[in-house]
Formats: sequence, C-alpha cells, structure tokens
Amino acid sequence: MSGVEAFRTEVRDWMAIHLTGKFAELKFRGGSGEGDALPELRKEWERELAAGGWTCPGWAKEHGGRGLSVAEQIAFQEEYSRAGGPGRMGHIGEGLMGPTLIAFGTEEQKKRFLPGILSGTEFWCQGYSEPSAGSDFGNIKTRAKLDPVTGDWIVSGQKVWTSLAHLSDWIFVVARCEEGSIGRNGLIFLLMPLSQPDVEIHPIKQIGGGAEFNSVFFDGARAKAEDVVGQPGDGWKIAMALLGFERGISTLGQQMSFQQELDLIVEIARENGSDRSPAIRQRVAYAWTGLRAMRYLAMRVLSDDQSAEARREALTYKYQWSNWHRDLGRLAMDVLKMDANVVADDPRRERLQQMFLFARADTIYGGTNEIQLNIIAEQGLGMPKEPRGKL
Amino acid sequence: MLEFTPDQQMIREEAQRFLREQSSSEAIRRVVDAGASHDAGLWASISRELGWCAMAIPEAFGGLGLGATEVVILMELTGARLACVPFWSTVCMAARLIEAAGSEAAKTKYLGAIAAGEMAVTVALGDLSAANPMSGTSVRAVKSADGYVLTGKVAQVIDLAAADLVIVPAQLEDGATALFALERDTGQVILPLKVIDGTRPVASLELASVAVSTTQRIDAGGLTDAAAQSALAFANLGLAAEQLGAAQGALDVTLAYVAERVQFGRTIASFQAIKHRCAELVVDIAEARSLVFGAAAGLGGMDAAESALEVSGARVLASDLQFRAAEEAIQLHGGVGFTWEYDPHLYFKRAQASAALLGSREAHLDRIAASVFADGGLK
Repeated sequence: MSGVEAFRTEVRDWMAIHLTGKFAELKFRGGSGEGDALPELRKEWERELAAGGWTCPGWAKEHGGRGLSVAEQIAFQEEYSRAGGPGRMGHIGEGLMGPTLIAFGTEEQKKRFLPGILSGTEFWCQGYSEPSAGSDFGNIKTRAKLDPVTGDWIVSGQKVWTSLAHLSDWIFVVARCEEGSIGRNGLIFLLMPLSQPDVEIHPIKQIGGGAEFNSVFFDGARAKAEDVVGQPGDGWKIAMALLGFERGISTLGQQMSFQQELDLIVEIARENGSDRSPAIRQRVAYAWTGLRAMRYLAMRVLSDDQSAEARREALTYKYQWSNWHRDLGRLAMDVLKMDANVVADDPRRERLQQMFLFARADTIYGGTNEIQLNIIAEQGLGMPKEPRGKL
Repeated sequence: MLEFTPDQQMIREEAQRFLREQSSSEAIRRVVDAGASHDAGLWASISRELGWCAMAIPEAFGGLGLGATEVVILMELTGARLACVPFWSTVCMAARLIEAAGSEAAKTKYLGAIAAGEMAVTVALGDLSAANPMSGTSVRAVKSADGYVLTGKVAQVIDLAAADLVIVPAQLEDGATALFALERDTGQVILPLKVIDGTRPVASLELASVAVSTTQRIDAGGLTDAAAQSALAFANLGLAAEQLGAAQGALDVTLAYVAERVQFGRTIASFQAIKHRCAELVVDIAEARSLVFGAAAGLGGMDAAESALEVSGARVLASDLQFRAAEEAIQLHGGVGFTWEYDPHLYFKRAQASAALLGSREAHLDRIAASVFADGGLK
C-alpha cells in the first residue's frame, strides 16, 4: 500500500469512528444551500476534528498543521466527503484567512489568530462584496478612517453576501482608507470582531428559503491598530492573494459530493421509472462524463504543469464545475418529475431540491459566468481587455 | 498527477513544430485537391524518420513500448493540422487489433513492419458507424483445400487506398470472426469514394471469391469479444484525441483571424460576443482534453470496462467539441468562412465525418447509461 493509500485508510477509519453518536445527524448536512444548518453541532464537530488533528491539515507543521502533500490533502477531502462529513464551518478560516496570515501577517497576528482557527473555536467570514462592488470589486465604498489618538481604524459602509456572518466571530474587511482613491489603490485589509455595537448583521433569505448569506453594516465600527494585515494601501494585493490560496483541493471533496448527488439521481430514476426514458438516460450519461472530465481537469490543475496551455485550462475550472452542477440540478428535478415540486419529509428529495435551487448561485458567486469567460479570453487567450466606463 | 513527463513534453513540442511546417494548409490542400490517398512525403517522414508508428508497439516486436499517452499526444497534434496520413488507421486501429488478437507470427511480421515504418495498415470494419463495428461484417470466409475463400463487400474503409495491408474481419462458417491480412493487389478490388471530407480518404472494398492462404489468417484462434473491445477502445481514444486536436486547430485559425479583422474601428477580437465564444471553446477543450488524457493514463491500468466507458465519454465530448469549434470557425470568419479559400471548411467537413465514426454520441452515451444504471441498457 502506498503512503497516500495508507493515509486514506487512516482518514476513513477516523471518520468511521468519530462521525457517529450525536454527530451522526450531521452526515451529508451543511452543504450547498444549507450552509446554515445545525450550526452549533457543526461547530462542535469542528472541535472534534481539531482534537483529531484534522483541521488545517495542509498547513505547514510550524504553523500547527500536518504539512500534508497535495496528494494527501486530496485524499483527505475525498474521504471526508465520502464519509458524509458535514459542510465545514471553519472553511474560511482554514482555507483563506489562515494562509493569508501565514503569508502576510505579523508574528503577533499569527500567534493571536491561528490557534483559534486550528482549534475550531474562532470562526471567520469574508467582507469583500458590496452592493456596488460585485464583479467590479475595485469599486469598494466602505471607508476606514484612522483614529489619530488610538491608531485604530473606524469603519463605515456595507458588505453583502457574507456567508455565515451571523455564526462567525471575526470578519476580514477590505475598505477604502485613502480619501479620493479609486479602483485597486488606497485599500486596506482589516480584521474585525463582529460582536461590537456598531456592527449589524441582517440575514438575506435566499432562493431555497435558507439564509446563509448576510448583509453586514458598519457604522463607525472599530478595527484595532494591530489588526491591519500588510500596510494601509496594500488591501488589493492582500485580497487577491487570499483568493489565490484556494488552489482547488477542496473542490475534489466537492466532486465527491457531486458524485453522491448523481448517484442519488440514478437511484431515484430507477425507483420511479425515469430510467426508462432514453432522453433521461442520455442526460445522466452525459453528466457522468462531465464529472469524470472534471475530476481529471482538477488533477491537471493541481499538478505542477506551468505551461501556458495548463494555466489557460486551469482558468476554465470554475466555469466547468459550476455549469455542470447547475445542469445537474435541472436533471435532478426532471428525474423527480411532479414530485420535484412537492416539499416532503424525504431527505433525498430535499437534498436534490436544495441543490437545484442553490446551484443557480454557483454560476454567480466567485466570479459570474460572464466574468469567467472574460478572464479566459483575456488572460488565457490574450484577447483585448474590456473597455472601462466612466460612471 | 496527470501531467506530461519531460519526455512526453519533448515529443509533444517537437511533433508540434514538425507538423506546423510539414502539414501546412497548402500541404493539406494539395492532397484534397488532387483527391490523393494521402500525403506520401509526410507519411514517409512520420513513419520512417520520426518513428511515430513505433511508439506504442511492444519492444518485443521492435517498438518503443510506450503507453497510450504518447500516441494520444501525437493523435491530438495530427488532428490539429488535419494531417493527411494513415496514422490513426495504422497505429490506433490496426496495430492494436493485431496486438490484441493476432497470432505470434502475425505480431512478429506485421507489428515489426509497422514499427519500422514500412507499412501503412487499415482495418475493413463491417459498419464504420456502429459502436461495435468488429462484429456484423458481411464478409464470409469459406474454408478451401489450401486456405480460405473470402467473399463480400465493405462499404467504407478508411485509408484503404493508402494502406499497404488491409485487415479484413470475416465470418467463418461456424459463425466465429477471423482476421485476414491482405497485402496490396492480392485480388481485392478497391474503389476510392468521392467524399466531402477530402482530408481522410475512404474507399470501398470488394472481395469476389478471393483465395487466401492459411498464413494470411492472422488471428490467434478467432477474434474474442475482449480483444475486439480492447482494440476498439484504443481506436476510439485515438479518434477522440484527433477530434480534440482538430477543435484546437479550428480555434487557432479563428483566433488568428479575429485578431486581424477590423470592423467599427477595432479588431473583432475586442468584442465581448466574440471573446466569450472563443472562451467557451477553451472551456470545452479543457474538458475534453482532461478526459482524453485521463482515459489514456487509465487505459491498461484500471479495469477495462471502466476504461472503455471513459473512452466513450471522451468520444462524446470530443465529437461535440469538434463540431462546435468548426461551426464557430465558419461563423466567426464571417463571409470568408464559407469560401473554399479559407480553412474553416476543412475542419467543418472533418468534424461531421468524424462524429459518425465508430459510434454516434448517442451510442456512446447509451453504453455509459447501461453501466451507470447497471441494467444492460434499454431493450
């Protein structure tokens, strides 16, 4: 047995022992469209993971991680998802905030924030998008003003689409710190506690009825002087680097859950006779094909191939999986036929209904389809850049 | 983790450079306009000088013993340049069929000749558009005193006029399928067909009581289903790679054109409507390429049935992709896109001709569905 296979077995065994008892309820929960499900138990699960040493396994050992190789991280994600491991409440801290602090934080910031992420006791959310800064992320209007007495930053403005803000302890905020600056200049990257009087969190009820997103309002809220990452003015650089830390390893876990959804669709089709329809069969086979291709694409993206072609094709990954998943949602509903419209106490049906509705967001968040195609055309093919307006 | 080795990367770069020079638009047009069987000069370079035919042939038979990935790399590149050579027929169809089903004597003789670049070979499949074209041939082999007598017609054989040897699956009197090898001018009648896609010539084969010796029967005790499936998977994989390459070739031609064509005071490449359509092709190319190379890496490794499904999936993606890339090439070239002078029509015609080859997308999807639903398919 190779090292990776032995490791895989270790993960599988650990999950089999620990995702039981009170945690059994969490199996396959908290995923797409129900990120706000069973929050307290899922936080407890994060601490269970931490006790087993399974939070932040990809971080270097000196920062408290396991220093896993890419292949081992993939194996971990796959086995976690295969076992039905719930959606990770600690994902933002582990995948985005932690790596950003490791790269750009001061020693003091690392000492202060990494342990809470590692132990599953402090949860983070991301303050990026604003009502007028979606795809046009440079159009940030939230302001940070220096308090000359304390050196703290006083923040006013609104962030939106903040996943799980209502269940988080900290938010990282990109704000404009230089009066009159525009675009990517004059931004600052701040770490802010959410439990302070001048922060208000309003849930946004979404298409499937849940509310994992929020609007976060800042009205003179405070970020401590020592909670600036990088220098004032470095906000864009830090923000972009943070997005780059998501190398896509977690997407292999996501693919495992896609496979489970496809299996569910096949199972239901066999039960309700949809599997007798030649057209449905072809669509299921096509979905199977797309998922296989996606898996190999992810493996190519995660490889060390630095050729222009490999980098160009890596740019297609988000477009690839999000559109595949959106189509799968429709296929699931077509397989369910009239049952698709009826809400019932059936976890399989519920999962597919939620997936159908929430998958509409897949092609919007993290860069819409249209933005993805611009990126592929401009960065991948070197085609001319979109002109910018003056408004 | 699914990346090319330095050797594979080198094969790829050198082949790309070579084909860009040697299989130019002018070279393709010389073959197409003359209705030639193939580009003989290019084939001589590929088979004899560059040794491409030896890549996947086992070392025991004079080959290099490399895997499917190397072949797929070359197939993709010959596809990109629509190279008019019997490379796919020889390497992806015939050689693999001989390897899977041939007797030791046949392997020694023919695989050795293929590896040395001395022989172009094709296979006279019964029904080229069937997903399982090995069975269902109408050619009959009747035992005679000193061999067999072959009778029957095969409507379409790829690269038949270019081939030095044609392998003919034929049905024996007991219903089993045997393979016969016919060298040039040994009694068969070859009629080149007038085809729309002139880059891949096709001819019909007629066998009117052709007497063959027992040594011309090259299978080792009948063509088994497993051997046929193994050969077909390899042929389909090579074809998918070629289709993928042709899509990339069509996109390359299109990108060059839209970067130069100016309307409304700007290159048409600057219009988002154009950019997005080119980007969508990149998405589909990335998808198909991933499955083609993923399947190639798995071929011979994981279980054969699973591997064959991935190959079927690769054919579906590559057929869709190739047609779309070719039709977009015509559309985005505007008026000149449907002239004979510009290249899009070459890619377009090849796309349609390839899509039907060795099983339609529907047939391949049916095969996948039968496995996913584990019910053997709809009856």
